[in-house]
Amino acid sequence: MVAVQTEHDFERGIAVLSQQIDAKVAAYFSSCVHCGLCAEACLFYTETGDARYTPIYKVEPMRRLWQREHTFWGRLGKALGFGRDLTEEDFANWQEMTYDSCTLCGRCSMVCPVGNDIAYMIRRQREAFAASGYSPEGLQAASTRALEIGSPMGLTLKALEAQIVHVERATGLTVPLDVQGADYMALLSSMEVINFPEYIESLVRIFDAAGVSWTLSRKAFEATNSGIQIGDSNIARELVGRVVDAAEGLGVKYVISPECGHAFTAIRWDGPNLIGRPYRFGVVHILELLDQLRVGGRLQTEGLDDRRLTYHDPCQIARRGGVLNQPRNLLRMVAPDYPDMADTGRMNWCCGGGGGVSANEGAEALRLQAFKRKKRQLEALGVDTLVTACANCRIVIEEGLEHYEMDIQVAGLTELLAEHLVTKPGPSPE
Amino acid sequence: MFLEFVEGPLWYGSVVIFLIGVAIRLIEVFAKGTRPDFAAARGLGWPGAMRTLVSRSWTAKGFTKGATFHLVAGYLFHIGLFVLLLFAAPHVVFIEERILGFGWTPAPHWLFILAAELAFAGLMLLWLRRAMHPVLRRISTFDDHAGAILTFVVMLTGCMALLMSHDSLRAIHMLTVCLLLIYFPFSRLMHAFTFVISRSYTGAAMARKGVRA
Ligand code: SF4
Ligand code: SF4
Repeated sequence: MVAVQTEHDFERGIAVLSQQIDAKVAAYFSSCVHCGLCAEACLFYTETGDARYTPIYKVEPMRRLWQREHTFWGRLGKALGFGRDLTEEDFANWQEMTYDSCTLCGRCSMVCPVGNDIAYMIRRQREAFAASGYSPEGLQAASTRALEIGSPMGLTLKALEAQIVHVERATGLTVPLDVQGADYMALLSSMEVINFPEYIESLVRIFDAAGVSWTLSRKAFEATNSGIQIGDSNIARELVGRVVDAAEGLGVKYVISPECGHAFTAIRWDGPNLIGRPYRFGVVHILELLDQLRVGGRLQTEGLDDRRLTYHDPCQIARRGGVLNQPRNLLRMVAPDYPDMADTGRMNWCCGGGGGVSANEGAEALRLQAFKRKKRQLEALGVDTLVTACANCRIVIEEGLEHYEMDIQVAGLTELLAEHLVTKPGPSPE
Repeated sequence: MFLEFVEGPLWYGSVVIFLIGVAIRLIEVFAKGTRPDFAAARGLGWPGAMRTLVSRSWTAKGFTKGATFHLVAGYLFHIGLFVLLLFAAPHVVFIEERILGFGWTPAPHWLFILAAELAFAGLMLLWLRRAMHPVLRRISTFDDHAGAILTFVVMLTGCMALLMSHDSLRAIHMLTVCLLLIYFPFSRLMHAFTFVISRSYTGAAMARKGVRA
């Protein structure tokens, strides 16, 4: 029975931390020249000036364990009584560094001169912190809800069905549920269902217009994965497993990841490794699918958006997920000349709330401080609307804008396209 | 007598420790293995590994500002060091007579001086940054300083030995070289080998996701 570790268990944490040190981590620690460049890439350092938030310093506990237990020199030193072991206090002190000050955005991993993937290392360290109960309460609670209720926000199937009734009324279309043999099984994030139901409406309307064979599953509609955020592979595996069972049970060809960054990472990249085998279906991000429909002439829009807008790349979709051009192709359908931010695409700046930070109440002040980077980017462009493709980024950005009293609207890309949708498309060019 | 010792038994002993030490460190890394990746890849990993191997020799687009000092000082040091290591006349002779059995044209004196100046300037700039920048002060360990000091001393004694052509200076230089060789495998200087592994792992993983890293 998979459960969230809430009690402190330091010994377990050390054992798990040791297991996380694979060849990659060992190579990364061996290579690090302590040049500090990764700090300049991390919004938690650049916006606070606090050297503690240097990315590689966030994995100091893992570095110390590696050096002491996984290198010849360290083991020799230990045998001779030199140095000191990690203590419970170290874990307590590093919890904030491991969770509050890292969104796993991976920007630091793009600049390290020796090529270290520091985000990967922090993700590995989270495994140990989660296993020892040194994880934020907010993430523990979200993970428990995900395991017990099926959604980190406590969204039940009943609530989703109620939302579906609204969507069907608003669109006059049927939302397909548990359709055996459909081409696509769509996943949602609770945040979309609760805060942005327009996303579901948009999906229904676009798929109807494009003639997509799709379904939702009553067994597994939630795409988000708190296990990935808290860093507990057992929880992550359980949650991904539910989606895999549902998709393979329905015999769909593809699963559609919703507009949610970490959900995409969870289902697209981490999922097969968590369950230990390739899927019997493909995974596409909704933006990838929409772009395919655009190319095939099945997604057509009319009219242009005359607002001054730009696009925010959700880190897990763009830099860590490889969906870089599709949102731009799509956005240009309605805003052909929109300007991109200076650092964009694979070098975008995070909103500050990814990697479970937004679910971690204790991190709120730091998150808002880190948001100053996005604020400056938006001010530099002078836009009045920000389009993005992640419900979490959207909430975090909206809170940031409100906090700094900025008059900028935030919109989801799928919804924007649905607003301009041509409902009776011309013949497919195929 | 002392020169014979440092150029004889100590030198051979140091080389053996260096080679075995480096091998152990590399085996320690690879023996841990990596997790298999079952996710359907967008592209092959190895071309990405090759690309990142090269691309990280420069700064990422839009990141030059924060990295200029380090980049310039780093290149000054490494270029100067490699010219000294491979093209200083006594090194070429030493490599020909003691290691490879063949040599090449050594650098002219002016190039040696220039390389030495670049290497010293680069190393000192990097070291100053380490001593003064709050981030580097926070993350630097004894090893970082020890490696820098040892390299500095090796370069200094080497230059003095060459410029004054005195046997005792040559012996001191050889002694420091031996110390560096012995220290190398147990230190951060290992990055000279492992950066290839790190860049490759990251480049391959990112390429499988369809991202240039
Ligand atoms: S940028 Fe890379 S080498 Fe430099 S301190 Fe960070 S992890 Fe280490
Ligand atoms: S992954 Fe992002 S937030 Fe985390 S340390 Fe790196 S740059 Fe900072």
